[in-house]
Amino acid sequence: MSHEPRKDYAGAKLGMWLFLFTELLLFGGLFLLYGAYLSRYPHEFAVAGREMHLVFGTVNTAILLTSSLLAAMAVTAIQRDARGKTMLLLGGTILCAAIFLFNKYLEWGAEISNGIYPNSPRLAAGPPGESVFYSLYYLTVGLHGLHVLIGGTLLALVAVRVQRRTIHAGDYVLLENSALYWHLVDLIWIFIFPLYYLLL
Amino acid sequence: MNLADETRMTTGSFWNDTGKTGISAWIFSTDHKRIGLLYFWSVLGFFLVGVVLGVLLRIELMAPGRTIMGPQTYNALFTVHGVVMIFLFIIPGFQGSFGNMVMPIQIGARDVSFPRLNLFSWWLYITGAAVILTSLFTGGGPPDTGWTFYVPFSARTGTNVSLAVFGVFMIGFSSILTGVNFVTTIHRLRAEGMTWGRLPLFVWSLYATAWVQILATPILGITLVLILAERLLGTGLFDPGRGGDPVMYQHLFWIYSHPAVYIMILPAMGVVSDIIPVFSRKPIFGYKMIAFSSIAIAAFGSLVWGHHMYTSGMSDTAILVFSFLTFIVAIPSAIKVFNWVSTLYRGSISLEAPMLFALSFILLFSIGGLSGLILGAAATDIHVHDTHFVVGHFHYVIFGGSGFAFFAAMHYWLPKFYGRRYAEKPAVVAWALMFVGFNVMYFTMQVLGMKGMPRRYYDYLPEFATLNLVATVGSWILVSGLMLMLHNLFRGLFQGVTFEGNPWGGATLEWSIPTPPPTENFTEEPVVTHGPYDFKGAGIP
Repeated sequence: MSHEPRKDYAGAKLGMWLFLFTELLLFGGLFLLYGAYLSRYPHEFAVAGREMHLVFGTVNTAILLTSSLLAAMAVTAIQRDARGKTMLLLGGTILCAAIFLFNKYLEWGAEISNGIYPNSPRLAAGPPGESVFYSLYYLTVGLHGLHVLIGGTLLALVAVRVQRRTIHAGDYVLLENSALYWHLVDLIWIFIFPLYYLLL
Repeated sequence: MNLADETRMTTGSFWNDTGKTGISAWIFSTDHKRIGLLYFWSVLGFFLVGVVLGVLLRIELMAPGRTIMGPQTYNALFTVHGVVMIFLFIIPGFQGSFGNMVMPIQIGARDVSFPRLNLFSWWLYITGAAVILTSLFTGGGPPDTGWTFYVPFSARTGTNVSLAVFGVFMIGFSSILTGVNFVTTIHRLRAEGMTWGRLPLFVWSLYATAWVQILATPILGITLVLILAERLLGTGLFDPGRGGDPVMYQHLFWIYSHPAVYIMILPAMGVVSDIIPVFSRKPIFGYKMIAFSSIAIAAFGSLVWGHHMYTSGMSDTAILVFSFLTFIVAIPSAIKVFNWVSTLYRGSISLEAPMLFALSFILLFSIGGLSGLILGAAATDIHVHDTHFVVGHFHYVIFGGSGFAFFAAMHYWLPKFYGRRYAEKPAVVAWALMFVGFNVMYFTMQVLGMKGMPRRYYDYLPEFATLNLVATVGSWILVSGLMLMLHNLFRGLFQGVTFEGNPWGGATLEWSIPTPPPTENFTEEPVVTHGPYDFKGAGIP
C-alpha cells in the first residue's frame, strides 16, 4: 500500500496521549473500587496496609523514578544523534524494569509464603475487609507489573531499531512514544505506592 | 461477487489497486475503504446470526410453556443474541464500516491517521469474535448470564463465561484503538478549508463517539478482567461472603455500558443528519446545535449509568441524582429531533429508500426515547423494571434507531463504493414491511411489559399468550422485509446498473470524487470552499 510520504509527528503523539488516557482509566476502575471499599472497611484496610513490605515498595519506587529519568535522557540523547548514549540509557531503563519485576517477585513470594494471596485459607478465615484489600492489591500491582513487562519489551524493540538506525535524530517519534508509555507506567506506580504502602 | 469484473471498474478504482489477489488483498489491506468493507461484511454477518437467534427466541415465546427449546437453551440464546448484537454488530458497526469507508473522504483525507492500527483493530475484532464463537461450543456450553454478565451468577455458573468475556475484552480493545484513530484523524487530517464548522455532521457524530470509546471502554476492560479474576483466582471482590459487593460490579459495568449505547446511537444520528438535508434539498437546520448536541450527549451520557440500578439497592439520593441527569440527557436528543423536523419543513422532499429509513429513524427513536423517560423516572421504573417494556424500549432505540439508520446508510453509501444501483421499488416495499413488522413486534412487547410480563423469562402466564403471538408474527413480517431488503440491495450492488457521479445530489466531499472511489480518494489535495449542506455552493441544482 502506498502511503503519504510525510509523517505526522504531532498526530502520532496525539494518538499516543489518547491511548495513555485509556490506560489511566483502566487502572481508574481499580482505584474506584479501592476508594469504595476503603470507605466501607477503613479499619481492616489499615490493619492490612501495615503488613505491606515498605522496604520493597520504597526501593521499587526509587528504581522506577530512576528508570523514568533514564528514558527521558534517552529521548534527549537521540535528539542530539548520540546513538551509543541512547543505547546505554535505554539499556539502563530496561535493567531497572527487570530489577523492579525481580523485587516484585521477592515481595510476592514472601507474602504468598505467609499465606496471603487471593482465596487463601488464611484470608478466608480473617475479616472480609482484609481479603478485599489483598485481592485489590494483587490485581492492581499485577496489572501494573504486566504493564512494566510490556513497557520493557517495547523499549527493547525500540533499542533494536536504534541499533539498526531506523530510529535516528530525524525520526524518533517511536522512541518518544515508548518513553511516554514508560512514564505512564511510572506514574501509575506513583499512585499505587502511597495508596497501598504509605497512607494506611 | 466478481471482484475482477474489469468492465465496471475504472482502472483507478480502489477495487483493483493492489498486487495482492484473493482474500489477502482484503485482510492485509490498510486502505480505509477496504477495511470499511471488511468491517461491513463482518458486522452484517454477525447481525444475521443475531437475527436468527432473535427469531428463535420469539418462536419460543409464541405460546406458553415449551415450544421449541428448553429453559437452559433459552437462557443461552438470549445471552448470545445480546452479546452478538451488541459487541459484534452495533458497537463496531458504524465506526468500523461506514466510519472507515466514508469519514476520511468526507474530511478530504487520503486515509486515517494510523492505517496499520486500523487493520489491527479489525483483526482484534475478528479474533475476539472467533473467541466468542468458540466459547459457544466448548467448555460448559454457551454462557447463560445475559449479556450483562451480572455477578454473582457470572462468577459461579458452569457455562463458558470466561472465554466469552475474554473475547469481549479483545473487542473492547479494538473499539478503543478505532476511537484513538478517529479522534487523531479528525484533528490532524482535515483538508485545507475543512474547518470544524464545515465538518459533515456524520463526522461530528463519529468524533463524539470516538471520545466515548476512548473514555468509557477501558472501564469495560477492567470490569471484564475482574470477572475473569473472580472466576479464575477467586478474588471475591464482588462476593458478599468475603466482603465484596455485587452492586459495585453493576456500577462498573454500567459506567461503560450506558455510554456504550451512545456509541451505538450517535453515529446513527450522524447518518440521519447527513441524509435528511440531501433528500429535502435544503441546508440542515441548526448545524451548530446538532454538532454541539452530539458532544453534549457524549458528555451527559457518561453520567447517567445509575438509572439501570434503581432496584439494585442504591441510596435514594443516588437514585434522585441519576434520575435528574437522565432527564438532562434527553434535551440534546430532542434538540436533534427538532432540528431534523425543521430541516424537513418546506423542503423539497423526495421519499427514496435512504430517506424512508432516515425518517422512520426519527419516529422510532422518538418512541424509544420517550419510553426511556418512563424508565428514567425512578417511580415509574419500579413498575416496569426488568419487564418486556425495557426490551421494547431498548429495541426501539437501538434497532428502530441505530439499525434503521444502518440500513439507511447501506442504501445511501454502498452504491457509491460498488458503483452500481439497486432497484428502488423493492427497497421501498422492504422498508414498509420492516417498519410495520417492527412496530407490531416491539410495541406489543412494550404493552406486555406494562401488563407485567418479565424479561428473560422462559415461560409466562396464559393471559399474555395473545400478545406474545402478535409479537412473534410481527417478527416474521420484520424478517421477511429484511430478507427482501438484503436481496434487492446486494443484487443491485453486484449486478445492477452502473452509475457515475452524484445520484442523490449530496454536497459532502465523497460525492465529488469518481465512483467507485479511486485508491487515493482525491487526485489532488482538495480545498474546501463550502459547507457540507451548501448545495448552491457545491453547484448542485
